[in-house]
Amino acid sequence: MSEESATLDAVLIDQSQGNFAYPEDYELDAGRGLGPSTLDYISEVKGEDQWIRDFRHRALEVFERKPMPTHWASRELDEIKFQDIRYYLAKGKRPTRSWDEVPDDVKKTFERLGIPERERGFLAGVEAQFDSEAAYSNIKEEFDKQGVIFVNSSEGLREHPEIFRRWFGKVIPTGDNKFSALNSAVFSGGSFIYVPPGVKVKHPLQAYFRINAEQFGQFERTLIIVDEGAEVMYMEGCTAPKFETATLHSAVVELVAMPHAKIQYITVQNWSSNVFNLVTKRGLAHEGAEIRWIDCNIGSRLTMKYPGVIMKGRKARGEVISIALANTGQHQDTGAKMIHAADETTSNIVSKSISMGEGRATYRGQVHIPKHLKGCRNNTECDALLINSRSRTDTYPAITVRGNRHATQHEASVSQVSEEQIFYMRQRGLTEAAAMSLSVNGFVNDLVREFPMEYSVELKRLIDLEMEGSVG
Amino acid sequence: MDCLEIKDLTVAIQGQRILDGLSLVVPKGEVHAIMGPNGSGKSTLAKVLAGHEDYEVLSGQVLMDGQDLLQMEVDQRSRAGFFLAFQYPYEIPGVSNANFLREAVRARLGSGEDLDAVAFYKRLYGLMDELGIDRKFTARSVNEGFSGGEKKRNEILQMAILEPFYAVLDETDSGLDIDALRVVAEGVNRMRSPHRGFLLITHYQRLLNYIEPDFIHVLAGGKIVRTGGKELALELEETGYDWIKEGALATA
Repeated sequence: MSEESATLDAVLIDQSQGNFAYPEDYELDAGRGLGPSTLDYISEVKGEDQWIRDFRHRALEVFERKPMPTHWASRELDEIKFQDIRYYLAKGKRPTRSWDEVPDDVKKTFERLGIPERERGFLAGVEAQFDSEAAYSNIKEEFDKQGVIFVNSSEGLREHPEIFRRWFGKVIPTGDNKFSALNSAVFSGGSFIYVPPGVKVKHPLQAYFRINAEQFGQFERTLIIVDEGAEVMYMEGCTAPKFETATLHSAVVELVAMPHAKIQYITVQNWSSNVFNLVTKRGLAHEGAEIRWIDCNIGSRLTMKYPGVIMKGRKARGEVISIALANTGQHQDTGAKMIHAADETTSNIVSKSISMGEGRATYRGQVHIPKHLKGCRNNTECDALLINSRSRTDTYPAITVRGNRHATQHEASVSQVSEEQIFYMRQRGLTEAAAMSLSVNGFVNDLVREFPMEYSVELKRLIDLEMEGSVG
Repeated sequence: MDCLEIKDLTVAIQGQRILDGLSLVVPKGEVHAIMGPNGSGKSTLAKVLAGHEDYEVLSGQVLMDGQDLLQMEVDQRSRAGFFLAFQYPYEIPGVSNANFLREAVRARLGSGEDLDAVAFYKRLYGLMDELGIDRKFTARSVNEGFSGGEKKRNEILQMAILEPFYAVLDETDSGLDIDALRVVAEGVNRMRSPHRGFLLITHYQRLLNYIEPDFIHVLAGGKIVRTGGKELALELEETGYDWIKEGALATA
């Protein structure tokens, strides 16, 4: 019956969803442009310690020094005007603890986002981010008892410096790339999670956030540390209202899985088509640990995102499962990075992309297995579906395997929705759009099953929404 | 009014004329069979009625209960009650049979109406049992990895679920062994009703042993050259289609 409700929901879609904005009313605003004073403003508002202030300033220097990666990536990056962006905006209120305290317009946004009632009820365990600052955050009692920490990153910095500082910036160093440096300089918001040894968190932890201010870059910073033998699933979902001018989103997400820990990080992303979404996500897996990135990218002007896993301990496992959908005016440049750094480590990459209209999907994969290791395995599958002849797909797999004691396999395919297939479905009464939507959903179906129920519903809905008007 | 009426239909594909002034009336409650040699335009007729884009209608008209069928979109025709059982059913990877059928049924609901899932599955399972289709097939992708016989049975299942007013079965008997043929025929026979008309397209007389038609038409050179009762099939079985070619040549 799960599939049943999923498809039922797919038809009850509200097309205007996500396409709206509320009047801006921010108490705290760092203004447009980027400079040392921008960082000071953010640190001041947040009451940050000296070490993090220094960290931000060093990061800004790195950012300014690093060139745009346009030599290999898209020229579209040159269109980002860093001096026009506002780097920090907030309502200025402390994160509220009960639903009643959440401002009405924020509640309205949640309603428009279609967050199910039961989930709003479950918001007790949710940190919901409204622009930079958590509008609502409340840890369930259960988590407190287990010693699970789930707060926004500012609070994590303030309240748990001993854990935070140990791992912050260690998986993804400031200088990893230009955008990780930018994030390191101006980050605000994001989640900090710590799960103590042996604790298996039953409920998925969720964060909803959205961008609601024109020209406002969102730079959240998430750090998740899961201690020995512990398990957690984290879900993030994004929608953004549609604006005329480009907005920049550049997050950094660091995961640390201690020996035999398991982390699943799930993203369903639906940006409006003017958003630049340049995200750095990486996990560090110790011995016997498992990190899975499950990632769905829909919308945005340009997305560049290559979740990675560094398998540092023996028998560590890394997995990236991704779905990308690029419509006209959109470019999804996504992929995965798997760095094998210990014996008997295993990685799996399954990527499916759909290009429609003049949409463009690019897969970039990097698998690295050095010579001195043995018994490492990688499996890479990338499938691309083209909806019409104007769409474009590229695959750049880079699999570096040294030594002969490893097993790797790589499969890639490009297919098209055939006219005969659509004709067949229409003969059964489905409209052309519905037929197209169903075939596309069929193409990604095996991956959609990897998402938790409510996300797979949302995903099908988003795909249907994207398919509307792209036919004919 | 209550009939599928094909009037003087002339159709071409890539400039080549396939149907040439074909006329035929299938009233509700009757089963008509079209027989004819390969290349006589049988499958073209099926595709044109369904609205396939590759075919160009040069002249003529098709009325379904008075509605101008050729003016309707492919999916509109289906929802209005026209069904085509495909000679070669297509595969839809990743889309389960149940999901596909549900979407097809839902496409027929009015706005505000919702599918009663429990009733739907009850009906679906009942029909599957009748057609000897394993219930596990609901979870399998549409036609993917199906044998020829399974695909044809699946077409009949779709027809049974959608309950069309007019159904065209394009060479449904081809590639079926005798058991599968019997199951398919039973499925069709159960659906015979005063409210439904059938047009069976077949090359062989064999199918008509199991589904007894009211009328048989012989298609050759893009038009109906002969019409008769069910005994015509037996005659064709004995004489083959060679006489038509000679006859057609003679009148040409």
